[in-house]
Amino acid sequence: MGGEAPTALVLGIGNLLWADEGFGVRAVEELHRRYRFDDNVLVMDGGTQGVYLVQHIRDADILVVFDAVDYGLPPGTLKLVQGDEVPKFLGAKKISLHQTGFQEVLAMAEMLGDYPRHLLLIGVQPVELDDYGGSLRPAVKAQIEPSIRHALQFLADHGIQATERDGELSEDDTIASLEMTLGRYEGGRPDAASAYRHGDDRVVSASGWSGPSDFEAEMEALVKHPAERG
Amino acid sequence: MATITTPNGFNLDTSGQRVVVDPVTRIEGHMRCEVNIDEENIIRNAVSTGTMWRGLEVILKGRDPRDAWAFVQRICGVCTGTHALTSVRAVEDALKIDIPENANSIRNIMQLSLQVHDHLVHFYHLHALDWVNPVNALRADRKATSELQMKVSPRHAKSSPGYFRDIQNRLKKFVESGQLGPFKNGYWTNPAYLLPPEADLMAVTHYLEALDFQKEIMTTRTIFGGKDTHPNWLVGGVPCAINMDGPLAAGAPINMERLNYVSGVIDRTIEFIDNVYIPDIIAIGNIYKGWLYGGGLSSTSLLSYGDIPDRANDYSASNLMMPRGAIINGKLNEIHDVDLRDPEQVQEFVPHSWYKYDDEKRGLHPWDGITEPNYELGPDLIGTKTNIKQIDENAKYSWIKAPRWRGHAMEVGPLARYVIGYMQGHEEIKDQVDSTLRALNVPINALFSTLGRTAARGLEASWAAHKQRYFLDKLIANIKAGDSATANTDKFDPSSWPTEVKGVGFTEAPRGALAHWIKIKDTKIDNYQCVVPTTWNGSPRDNEGNIGAFEASLMNTKVERPEEPVEILRTLHSFDPCLACSTHVMGPDGQELAEVKVR
Repeated sequence: MGGEAPTALVLGIGNLLWADEGFGVRAVEELHRRYRFDDNVLVMDGGTQGVYLVQHIRDADILVVFDAVDYGLPPGTLKLVQGDEVPKFLGAKKISLHQTGFQEVLAMAEMLGDYPRHLLLIGVQPVELDDYGGSLRPAVKAQIEPSIRHALQFLADHGIQATERDGELSEDDTIASLEMTLGRYEGGRPDAASAYRHGDDRVVSASGWSGPSDFEAEMEALVKHPAERG
Repeated sequence: MATITTPNGFNLDTSGQRVVVDPVTRIEGHMRCEVNIDEENIIRNAVSTGTMWRGLEVILKGRDPRDAWAFVQRICGVCTGTHALTSVRAVEDALKIDIPENANSIRNIMQLSLQVHDHLVHFYHLHALDWVNPVNALRADRKATSELQMKVSPRHAKSSPGYFRDIQNRLKKFVESGQLGPFKNGYWTNPAYLLPPEADLMAVTHYLEALDFQKEIMTTRTIFGGKDTHPNWLVGGVPCAINMDGPLAAGAPINMERLNYVSGVIDRTIEFIDNVYIPDIIAIGNIYKGWLYGGGLSSTSLLSYGDIPDRANDYSASNLMMPRGAIINGKLNEIHDVDLRDPEQVQEFVPHSWYKYDDEKRGLHPWDGITEPNYELGPDLIGTKTNIKQIDENAKYSWIKAPRWRGHAMEVGPLARYVIGYMQGHEEIKDQVDSTLRALNVPINALFSTLGRTAARGLEASWAAHKQRYFLDKLIANIKAGDSATANTDKFDPSSWPTEVKGVGFTEAPRGALAHWIKIKDTKIDNYQCVVPTTWNGSPRDNEGNIGAFEASLMNTKVERPEEPVEILRTLHSFDPCLACSTHVMGPDGQELAEVKVR
C-alpha cells in the first residue's frame, strides 16, 4: 500500500426551502442515490449549517462543494472553481442565509491548521430564489446531472473512484430526511393562493451593501503595526 | 422635540442624530437597527427591524403534520433540533400521543446538548469579538498570558508560554496573510475594547479551542438522531431503536457501547465548559463590570415557557427542570404561571409589522393567527420602498410581529430563565448565580445588563452540560429495568385521527421561549404558527407604543463612536438573535461588515 487513501468530503449546501437555493443539497442527494464510495468519502447534506461543518472540512483532504452562487452569469449556468479561488467566489456574492458564511467556515478550518489540499466548488447560477417553499427551476435541475459528472471526474483525478449502485436507491434511502425528498417536497406543496411565495423586495432585489472604502487600508495598517496603537 | 414616554416606561426622543446599522452582523438572518443619539452620544430612541419576510407558516399549510418537523428544522442553521422538537410536541399535543420514558430522556439529552453547543458557539464565535480584540492579542506577552491562564483557570491544562507563543504566531501569520477571516469585521481601534492584550490572547486561544472542541458535542445528537447535521425526529417518540447487546454498524440500534460514548462526550463537555467557558466569563466580566448597559426589559418583564420535562408527558411547571413563569411590572417576587392555550395570554399584534389583520387594534392568539403580508411604509420614511435610508417607526416597520404576554412586551432567553428560576428559588440556578456575583463582586442588579445576559448564557451552558448526565443515567437505568421502548406508533396512521384538532408544543430554545401552534383538519395542517424567541426579543412596537426587548436594551447606552457602533452590536448580540426564523429569508450576504450610516 502506498499510504492511506485521501479522504474526501462531498458537501451540498444551501436552503431547501428557497427554490434554487436547494441546488447543492439536491445535487448531493442525487449523487448519493446513484453512487457509492468507500469509507474515506463522506457525502453530506450541509444545509445552512455554519460552524458545525468545520470539523468535517478539517477531516477532508479533498473538498467538493455544490452550491447556488451568484456569479452574475446567465441563470442556470454551471461554473467550476478550484483551489484558492473557492473562498473568493464563495465570499463574493453569497446569496444564502448561512449562519456563518461558508467562506468563514473555510477560514476557520485554515486557522485550525487543517485546510483541504484540493478544493472544487460546483456552483450554479440560480434562476429563482424568490419562491419560498418552492423547488428547483428546470434549468437548475438540469444541471444536477452534469454537476455530478464534474464531481466524479475531479474525485477520479485525485484517486477516488465511485461505484454505480446496482439499481438506484429509492427516494426513501436518501441521505436527507425522507420527509423532504424531492418528490414529496414538490408534490405536497400548497397552491399559491394559500401560500405567499415571495421575499422582501428590499433584500431580494438589493445589490447588497459595501463596506467603507478605506477598510482594507485601515486593516492593513493595523495588522502591520499592531504595537503602534493605544 | 417632545419626548414620548412609552407605557413600559422608556422616554423616546427622536430629535438627535440618526445612526443606521444595516445589516447587524454576526447573527443568523438579516436585521437592521436605527437609533437616535443625543449630543453626548447617548441613545435616546431605538428601532429594530427584521428585514426578511417570514413565510414558514404558509408553506406548511396543507402538508402532512408528521412531516412538519423536517421543514421547520430547515429554517436555519442553528436551531434545527429545537424547532423539530417543538414541532413534534405540537403534533403530539394535538393528537394526544404519549411518548415513552426513553424517548423523553433521549429528547432531553439532545435538547440539552443543543443548548450547550449553541451557547458555546454563540459566546466564542458570534459574541466574544464584541468584547475581545484579536488584533490587540498580537501585542500580548506570552509569559504573562500563561500566568493569567493559570490564575483564571488552574485546571485547564493548556497554559504554557510556548503554547501561547504558537497560537500567537499562528494568529499573526493568519492576520498577515491578509485574510483575517472571521476577524475581519471589527472596529479594532475602538476604545470600547477594554481587555489587556494578554486577556485578548487568552480569549482568542479559547476561540480556537472551542472551535475544535464543539465537534464533539454534535456527536451526541448524531448518535441519537441518526444523521449528522440534520438529525431525524419522530412524532410519538424518537426514531432510534434500543438493543443493548446489538451490533455497532451504522444505522443499528442504540447499544451500550454507544451510550458509553455519549457518556464520555458529556464528561468532556462538562470539563470544557467549567474549565474554559465559565472562567472566561468571570475574567472578561471582571474587566467590563463597569459597563452595565443593556438591561432593557430584563428587570421588569420576563417570560419563560420552561422545558426539560423530568417524567415523560407531564408539561406542568413542577415537572419542568428549566423554569416556567412570567414576571411583569418589575415585580420580581411575583411569578405568574403561563398557559399557552389561554387566548388572553400570548397574542400577536401587527400595527407596526408588515402584516394585515382586519382589526389591528387587537392581538390574535396564535391558534387564530394570520400571516398575511402587507408591505407598506410610513409617510416619514426617507428613501424608497426598495432602498430605505431611514425607517418611519410610527408606521409599519418590521417583518417581525409584536407578541405580547397579557399585553406586555417581554424578554425571553437565558437571562429570563435565570432570573425567573432565581426568584422561584431554583436551587441549582441560585447557587450558580450567587457564586458568580460573588466572584465578580457585584450586586444582583448587575444581572440586568448585557453582561448579565452573556453570563446567564454561560451558566446555563454549564447547567445543561451537567443535566445531560442525569438523563443519560435515567435512560440506562430504565433500559436495564427492561423497558426499551422508544416510540409510540398507536396514532401514527392518520385514519386514527379526529377530523379537527389543535395543539401547542413548546421548548426553551437556546435563545428563548419557542412555541408552535398547530391546527389539523382532515389529516393536513390547516394553520401553523410559530412564535420564536427573536419574535419576542426583536418585536417592534405594539398599538400601545410599548417597545420590545432589543429596542429597550439599547436605550440610554453611550456610544463612543457613532460610526463604529460596537456597543449596539454587543447588546444586540447578547440576545443571540436569530432572524432566520423570526422572519424569513434571503438577501445578498456577501461580506459581513455592517454598513453604518450616521445622518
